[in-house]
Amino acid sequence: MHRFLKTVSSSEMRKTFLKSFLLFSVLILSQISFGKEKEDKHGEEGHGKDLKTEIKEYIHHHLQDSHDFSLFSYTKENGEHKYVGFPLPVILWDEGLKVFSSAKFHHGETLAEVDGNYYKLYHSKIYRTDANGTIDYDESHHPTNIKPLDFSITKNVVMIIVTGLLMLWLFSSLARSYTKNNGIPTGAGRFFEPIVLYIRDDIARPNIGEKRYKKYMPFLLTIFFFIWFLNMFGMTPLGINVTGNIAITTALAILTFLITNFTGTKDYWMHQFNPLGDSLPWYGKIPLYIILVPIELLGLIIKPFSLLIRLYANMQAGHIVIGSLIGLMFIFKSWLGSPLSFGLAFAIMLIEVLVALLQAYIFTMLSALYFGFASEEHEHDHEHEAEVAH
Amino acid sequence: MEKLLEEFSLGLFFWQTLLFLLLLWLLWKFAWKPILNAVNDREEGIKNALQAAEDAKKEMQNVTADSENLLQEARAEREKMLKEAREIKEKMIADAKEQAQVEGDKMLKQAQAAIESEKKAAVADIKEQVATLSVDIAEKVIKGELSDKKKQLKVVEDMLGDVKLN
Repeated sequence: MHRFLKTVSSSEMRKTFLKSFLLFSVLILSQISFGKEKEDKHGEEGHGKDLKTEIKEYIHHHLQDSHDFSLFSYTKENGEHKYVGFPLPVILWDEGLKVFSSAKFHHGETLAEVDGNYYKLYHSKIYRTDANGTIDYDESHHPTNIKPLDFSITKNVVMIIVTGLLMLWLFSSLARSYTKNNGIPTGAGRFFEPIVLYIRDDIARPNIGEKRYKKYMPFLLTIFFFIWFLNMFGMTPLGINVTGNIAITTALAILTFLITNFTGTKDYWMHQFNPLGDSLPWYGKIPLYIILVPIELLGLIIKPFSLLIRLYANMQAGHIVIGSLIGLMFIFKSWLGSPLSFGLAFAIMLIEVLVALLQAYIFTMLSALYFGFASEEHEHDHEHEAEVAH
Repeated sequence: MEKLLEEFSLGLFFWQTLLFLLLLWLLWKFAWKPILNAVNDREEGIKNALQAAEDAKKEMQNVTADSENLLQEARAEREKMLKEAREIKEKMIADAKEQAQVEGDKMLKQAQAAIESEKKAAVADIKEQVATLSVDIAEKVIKGELSDKKKQLKVVEDMLGDVKLN
C-alpha cells in the first residue's frame, strides 16, 4: 500500500480526497451517487486509476490527520466538488507566526498565500512552495521543500478538545451528582461509576498497591476514558482516527514514561543499576552487569515504546480492516459478494468496539503495572528502617 | 519505522501533550478528586454502618444474655425467699407450738396445784365438818344412849370391850 501511495500524483490525491469521503458517505447516502461519480471521474481523467487504488488511498487518507473537518463530499451535476464540513485554523511557524484558515487551501486544490509565502497541502502536510506550487522530490520520492513547523488545530486536535470537553462535562456532573444526591450517582453516572471503581479496584489497587495507588488514580482514569472515548469516536463514520495516530500515542506513552520514572523509588533505581542485589560479590557482578544493566535501561524505554506501538497498531489495523471490507462491497458489486462483505464489516465493527475498550484497558493496565514497579518498596527495607528506628 | 517517523506530526504531539495535561488537571480538580472522595466516603459509611450493625447485634446479644441472667437471678431470689419464708413459717409454728406447750403445761401445773390445794382445803374442811358432825352425832347419840342407865352401861362395856381388843 505504501509503495503504491508514493506513485500517486497530487492531482490524483485531490481526487482521492473527494472519493474517500464519498465512499464513506455512501454508507449514509446511496450507492447510486457513487457509481455515477465514478463514471464522471473516468470521463474527466481518462487514465486507469481503478477502484482498488481509490479504496487504498481512501483508507490511507482516512487514517491521516487533516487540516479541515470534512464530514463528506459529493460532486454536483456540473462536475463541481462540494465539501460538507468546516475549515480549521492553520498555525505555522515559518520565520514568524502565521495563522490562517485552512479554507485557503481549498482542500488541497489551491496554494495558500500568506505574507508573501506560498504554502501547499500535500499528503496532509504543509510545504512551502514557490508561486506555482512546485514540489521537488529526492531519489526516494520524498518532497524536499521546506516544511514549516505546523501547530495547526487539525481535525485530531478538534477531536481531542471535543473529547476533553465531553469528559469534563460527564465527570464533573458525575462528581456533582454525588453531592446533590447524598453519595449516590444519577443518570450516566450509574454507568460510569462502576468503570471508575473497576479501574480503582482491579487495575490500580492490585498493580500499584494499597498504600500508593491513590496518587496515580487521576492519571489512570483520565488516560483510560480518553483513549476509550477517542477509540469509540473512531468507530463513527466521521473519519476520525486520533488514537491510531503515532503522535498521539507517543505523547500518551511519554507521559506514562515520565510518571513512572519521576515517581520511581530508591528500590526501583537500585534495581535498574544493581539488578542482582547482594546475591553476588562485586567482582562476580561486573561481567554480568556489562550485559544486564544496558538491558535494564533499555527496558525503561521499551516499556513505553511497546505501549505506543500497541495502541497505534491496533487502532490503525482496525481502521484499515474495516475500511477494506467496506471497500470490498464496491469491488464485488454483486448480490453475493457485497452483502457478504457487509456482514464481515459489521462483524469486524463489533469486534472493533470491543477492541476500543480492550486497548484502553491494556494501556491503563500496563501503565498501572509500570507505576507499580516504580513505586515498589521491598519488605526488607522496611525491616531495615524499623531496625534503624530502634 | 521510516513511515512512522514520517507520520509523526510535531504539532499534533504538542497539542496532544498540552491538551491532555490540561484535561488531566481539570478532571483531577473537578471530577476525580470529588468522585473518589465521595466513593470513599460512601464506602467508609457502609463499612461503619455494617460495623455499627454488628456492634448493635453484639450489644443486643449482651442485653439478652443480661436479661436472661437477671431473670435467672430473680427466679433464684424468689426461690430463696420462698424457702426462707417457709422456714420462718415452720419455725414460727414450731415456736408457737412449743410456747403453747410450755404455757399449757404451766397452766396445767398451776391448775393442778390449785386443784390440789383446793382439794386439801376441801378435805380439811370435810374432815373438820365430819369431825364436828361426828361430835354432834356422837353428842346426840350419847345424849340419847345415856338417857337410860342400861344403855350407858352397855356403852361402857362395849368401849371397854374394844379397849381390850386393842
